[in-house]
Amino acid sequence: MSNDLQRNAAGRLVPTQINGETAIPYKGVGAHVPSGRKTAPLISRCADYPADGNKVVADLKTALERAGLRDGMTISSHHHFRNGDLVANQVFDAAAELGVKDLRWFPSASFPCHEPMIRHLESGVLHHIEGSMNGPLGAYASEGKMRGTGVLRSHGGRYQAVQDGEVHIDIAVIAAPTSDPFGNCNGVQGPSACGGLGFALADAQYADRVIVVTDNLVPFPCVPWQIMGNHVDYVVVMDKIGEPEKIVSGTTNITKSPDRLLIAELTARFVEAAGILKDGFSFQAGAGGTSLAFAIFLRDMMREKNIRARFVRGGSTRYLVDMLEEGLTDYILDGQTFDLAGVASMRDNPRHIHTNPFVSYNYHNKGNIASMLDVVVLGATEVDTHFNANVVTHSDGRLLHGIGGWQNCLFSKCTILPIPSFRDRIPVIVDEVTTLCGPGELIDVIVTERGIAINPLRQDLIEATKNSGLPIRSIDEIKEEVEGICGGVPDKPQFNDNIIAAIKWVDGTVIDVVRQVAES
Amino acid sequence: MNRAVAGRSGRGVRSDCLVEITETGGSGVRIEMQSKVDVLYGRANRALLEELISFFKLDGVNVRVEDSGALPYTIAARFETAIRRLNGVDGTGWLPPARVQGTGSVRDRFRRSRLYLPGNDPKLAINACVHGADGLILDLEDSVASSEKDAARILVRNALRAVDFGAAERMVRINQLPLGLEDLDAIVPQHPDLILLPKVESAAQVTEAAAHIRRLQDGAGSAYEIYLMPIIESAKGAIEAYSIACASPSVVALAIGLEDYTADIGAERTLEGKESAWMRGAVLNAARAAGVQAIDTVFSDVTDMDGLFTSVLEAKALGFDGKGCIHPRQIPVVHRGFAPSDAEIEKAKRIVLAFDDAERQGLGVVSLGSKMIDPPVVKRAQRSIRLAIMSGLLENDWKETPDEQ
Repeated sequence: MSNDLQRNAAGRLVPTQINGETAIPYKGVGAHVPSGRKTAPLISRCADYPADGNKVVADLKTALERAGLRDGMTISSHHHFRNGDLVANQVFDAAAELGVKDLRWFPSASFPCHEPMIRHLESGVLHHIEGSMNGPLGAYASEGKMRGTGVLRSHGGRYQAVQDGEVHIDIAVIAAPTSDPFGNCNGVQGPSACGGLGFALADAQYADRVIVVTDNLVPFPCVPWQIMGNHVDYVVVMDKIGEPEKIVSGTTNITKSPDRLLIAELTARFVEAAGILKDGFSFQAGAGGTSLAFAIFLRDMMREKNIRARFVRGGSTRYLVDMLEEGLTDYILDGQTFDLAGVASMRDNPRHIHTNPFVSYNYHNKGNIASMLDVVVLGATEVDTHFNANVVTHSDGRLLHGIGGWQNCLFSKCTILPIPSFRDRIPVIVDEVTTLCGPGELIDVIVTERGIAINPLRQDLIEATKNSGLPIRSIDEIKEEVEGICGGVPDKPQFNDNIIAAIKWVDGTVIDVVRQVAES
Repeated sequence: MNRAVAGRSGRGVRSDCLVEITETGGSGVRIEMQSKVDVLYGRANRALLEELISFFKLDGVNVRVEDSGALPYTIAARFETAIRRLNGVDGTGWLPPARVQGTGSVRDRFRRSRLYLPGNDPKLAINACVHGADGLILDLEDSVASSEKDAARILVRNALRAVDFGAAERMVRINQLPLGLEDLDAIVPQHPDLILLPKVESAAQVTEAAAHIRRLQDGAGSAYEIYLMPIIESAKGAIEAYSIACASPSVVALAIGLEDYTADIGAERTLEGKESAWMRGAVLNAARAAGVQAIDTVFSDVTDMDGLFTSVLEAKALGFDGKGCIHPRQIPVVHRGFAPSDAEIEKAKRIVLAFDDAERQGLGVVSLGSKMIDPPVVKRAQRSIRLAIMSGLLENDWKETPDEQ
């Protein structure tokens, strides 16, 4: 990429143009002030839609044709089925059959089940992907094989990008476990029920054309309508849209690792010692074995001390559902269900609330839920001694994960990263993160099995926990100890100049880039 | 063509590596290395292999390594095992520079919890110290397959040199003699704090091990104290428990193994444990008579923490000082169980204060109110106070803090 690079406020060299469009380098937390109005969708008129409300068309290909699919368009999809999605691949198979080229896929997240997209990247149907690239797609991009530059955004950043007009969606395809012919749809009913459809909200609101794909068509009205049919152009019925049992992945089971259980326990004890655990508090614990274990330890403390939370943010799992049913929290405010108990609860329990990135995470908004949370626990692949963290690349420099809601959650009142101090032989605390995803000023505490490091910016937390008996140490001390164990300071991954992906901050500015790994 | 393999690789293997050495009949050494951490430690690993090759003066071999994130001490152990399997070379002279040395133990230190770590699996040992066990046992006996005894011995030897076990007592469970003597040859020079002797049935077995240890230490000019903990796990062992405990001044505790014992007496092991009631009483009494600690068996259901807690309370009530652990999560439960009760702490405080008073006044007898307090009771109270402080139930400076009553 022949492109002007500029050093952003985090000291990272980033491009000022990405895929031919202007990009703003990161300016610091809260520094970028947007102006103007939100983008607006096309004006539609009822005369162009069947008066009887029946928008069903024969198949996906027909819907894409009617939606005006052509070269260079942006097609979006959502990831509520996680690794069990059966629709996104079919969209691009159909596009290939129609002979369309150079599309941009704009998923809310991708999973290993989307490996077939590599075929479409190779053949030219797809130009590039803007969204998380996990596993096989990440490896493909890391080797510099994707024509365009990937753009990774948080869930809130994705909403912001669509709303602010940075990403224009031509056609949104929404896989919906239950829909009526008008396009009112939800994710909580039907044989493929997967939970909410919150991640598809921006797509429904702002895309030029919206296609709902369902395997459970019910007569009007489909209630509840998580997505309103008034946004929808076409409805397609197919045999099976997803495998909901696959929303339960390895990351949604409680860890059995003794070290990670210890980390989870220390995290819960820290929350208690810091005075956060009190009636009416709120917390978020997402997927990931350690986060779930943290929630269990916290639950036990809440029971013991007779403490009730006002709300808990999900990714919901059966563990959070149990807490709701036991009365340990008044509400679950849920962005995404991680198992089928979560799906059933969202459907049946009026206190299990379906949310979306607009209310939870969008930074260009009049506030959001993330910043109201008392405490959030999150993962990371690397953390540096200034508490900056990486969630997208592995220590070998390869793109491995998406950002999810991670960046958005950093705005909580207390952000804790419970992480092992090393994985196998790979130190997790480094002098500088390979890829910067979250600025250290927003990360308050690192909990490892070898000690708890508190960000010096949080003197209040340091003060509150100083006599707690918890193993509180400096981050440099833990880093040195772990390097001693692992056999010295590790070498760094080598990259060439080719930028394969940009990492956006929550305000749409570019906080860092991922470069192509060098041939060894 | 001769070929030897050591270690493990493949799916699910972590922190270990496989080393394969093949004699080519030619000259020169070819190294082939695949590593999960190649980007970070590829250079370091190659330098290590070259160092090992030069130490063992290898020529005319291919060395192939599949590494799943093994630490240097593990790579070296697997390499040495492969070489020994190939041609019987003794590589004891090569060891990674010692990062950690044992700081020594104390005869009557607390041994509430001791965690078993499989000797031939490096994964669990590296972070074992973070779970707070009083002792960590690198096991060469039951957790190691008979075909891997050589590999485990070398790995444990290297672990004692390279791994920081923190404040825990560094223990090794060797095999039954005579195989256990070979274990001692490898282990003793690395300064373990304590050796567990399995299935001891006679005082002679203890004296044989103790004598072997002394010979090894004299040869090396080492005065490092290595304690012994015989494990009683047979009918005969139970009968001989007292003479076993008295067999050597190095014996600091008797431990119990109930799996083998119940099989030996022809009984089913139950949760209630009536079948082993006599034996536990006998071993406890023998240990006390000999002035050593008595350590209870392991609790084998790692998911049942309530059951474990009940079992620890029972062991404490019977007079035991500790319990074996087979999972790190059992450790805090065991410590909670052995912690003194509030009533015990209050009583101990009064006795210790009375003792201080008597000391200050130069009195020969300690008395509390109208009661005389015997020296063993004072000792016991002092121990309860130390344990209360360790368990976080009492401030270190409790004597300076005025009583709230």
